[in-house]
Amino acid sequence: MPFGMPQTVSYMKKTTYPKPKLSLDWKATKYTALPGLIWFMFFLIIPLLIVLGFSFLKRGDFGTVLYELDFSNYKRVLEPLYLKIVLRSLWLAVYTTGICLLLAYPLAYHMARTDIKTKQILLALIIIPFWINFIIRIYALKLVLGESGIINHLLLELNILQEPLQLTDNALGVGIGMIYNYFPFMVLPLFVSLEKLDYTLLDAAYDLGANKRQVITKILLPLSLPGMFTGCMFVFIPSFGEFVIPDLLGGSQTMFVGNLITETFLKTRDWPFGSALSALLVLMSMAAFMFVLHRVSAATENVQDINATKHPEREHTYV
Amino acid sequence: MRQSTLSVNIHMFDLKKIYTAVILLLLYFPLFALAVLSFRGGPTPFYWYQKAFSQPQLMLVLKNSIIIAFWTMIFSTVLGTLTAIGLYKKNTKAPVWFESLIHLPLVLPEIVMGLALLIWFVFLNITLGKLSVVLAHTTFSVSYVILILRARFKNMDPLQEEAAADLGATPWKTFWYVTFPFLLPAIVSGALLSFTLSFDDFLITFFTAGVGSDTLPVQIYSMMRFGITPEMNAISVIVLLFTIIAVLMLFRLRSEKI
Repeated sequence: MPFGMPQTVSYMKKTTYPKPKLSLDWKATKYTALPGLIWFMFFLIIPLLIVLGFSFLKRGDFGTVLYELDFSNYKRVLEPLYLKIVLRSLWLAVYTTGICLLLAYPLAYHMARTDIKTKQILLALIIIPFWINFIIRIYALKLVLGESGIINHLLLELNILQEPLQLTDNALGVGIGMIYNYFPFMVLPLFVSLEKLDYTLLDAAYDLGANKRQVITKILLPLSLPGMFTGCMFVFIPSFGEFVIPDLLGGSQTMFVGNLITETFLKTRDWPFGSALSALLVLMSMAAFMFVLHRVSAATENVQDINATKHPEREHTYV
Repeated sequence: MRQSTLSVNIHMFDLKKIYTAVILLLLYFPLFALAVLSFRGGPTPFYWYQKAFSQPQLMLVLKNSIIIAFWTMIFSTVLGTLTAIGLYKKNTKAPVWFESLIHLPLVLPEIVMGLALLIWFVFLNITLGKLSVVLAHTTFSVSYVILILRARFKNMDPLQEEAAADLGATPWKTFWYVTFPFLLPAIVSGALLSFTLSFDDFLITFFTAGVGSDTLPVQIYSMMRFGITPEMNAISVIVLLFTIIAVLMLFRLRSEKI
């Protein structure tokens, strides 16, 4: 999902003189937020509470739900079989996030520091795949990587290989698919954060005798931590619950938590157990979110405000 | 620019360019491959396109996708605009809990949102169909519309409205002649965004769509599980082109407004 909504800095001074009296006060406008509030309550909060409630119920016959308090779903989640799936998904999410970060950082840095024209072109080139339908991107990747895909076709034609490379229907396929798919999610927030960065600070550090490594580890990385954080969350949260990529590129051999939830909901129709798994997924995602947020805010407390006060006139918003 | 940084930049220059080019190549190669393959293998270049357009199932899901995206766009733009006006007019800050509520669909794993809505619709006895998909899509699109408008409100000069009021405009007139035109680019990009989000969505649709209300991504997904057909290449390329056009339009809107 989108976005990198960057924080904009308000630079307008508040008026100090008394405000003109309006014939009809605009107080009433705040009630226009009411339909939105009701919508969120009705289609977001209540359904989520129901999932939470279901996770404490018992499964009846033929996919029905018995309204009896029961904690066995959570006990089941902790069984080695299921715990292994959860941990495997966690590992998938972690390494996808890590590799995306490593690959995206140099690109985002380059984008942030080139001239405005190149910047805009590169930005458009990154945003387009970001918006292209996820299924279509995976489909296109399968056309390239598949057993009779373009890579294998070329390698066999040129007699480099005698047998096709197995690039899909295994863990490698899942890994490539995850990185290919989530890469733009990492670049955009990183770019937004690196673009706002005040690069005179880097020059100042050089002037004060810092070497390149010191400038990178002590100035550049800490200052871009918020962007790294946003990017990591944009990659980590969806990839933790991912089930389409393992399904289409992993040959559904290995089970991830997303596949497990989908199967329990749509195939075995064990809604209480599926709800317990979902609750666990949300809990773990939020825990990761809070943990990293805590670390980031602790690390950037000192540098954050230096950066924010510089160049308030630079306000950009990117989709 | 100091000597030291300058030398680093010159030194790194080519490497950076090569790296960027390689990444972009990897990112775009599958898409180009898809486009090229869609023209090959048939008697005429557009053979598979004609074939795709004569398949009733593909046309049905394409129609479903457009109808669902259209109504999602209407609902979420209206709802999102009203909410944003209520929250951010007068340069006020929204309460923290409301802000968290807006961000919730963005941080919630999509799969959880999809199945939560599935349970809720079954619970409410809403038949799973186009309506349920529109309701589900609106729930996450509204957040994006609100966030875009929030950014717009932050750039608004409150003096403009005050000047209008000083010159004798009623609050209603101030809104229509000053506030609304100022918000309009953001409203349009919010609408475009919610259309694209809805058109692109797979996971939430997968959970909340019933028989006969599948959208294009869901259809391609289920077809892919049985194998790849050339018609799918053609229809994918069409969707791809639409997305590129939409993104370029959004880009123009957003660069003009600054």
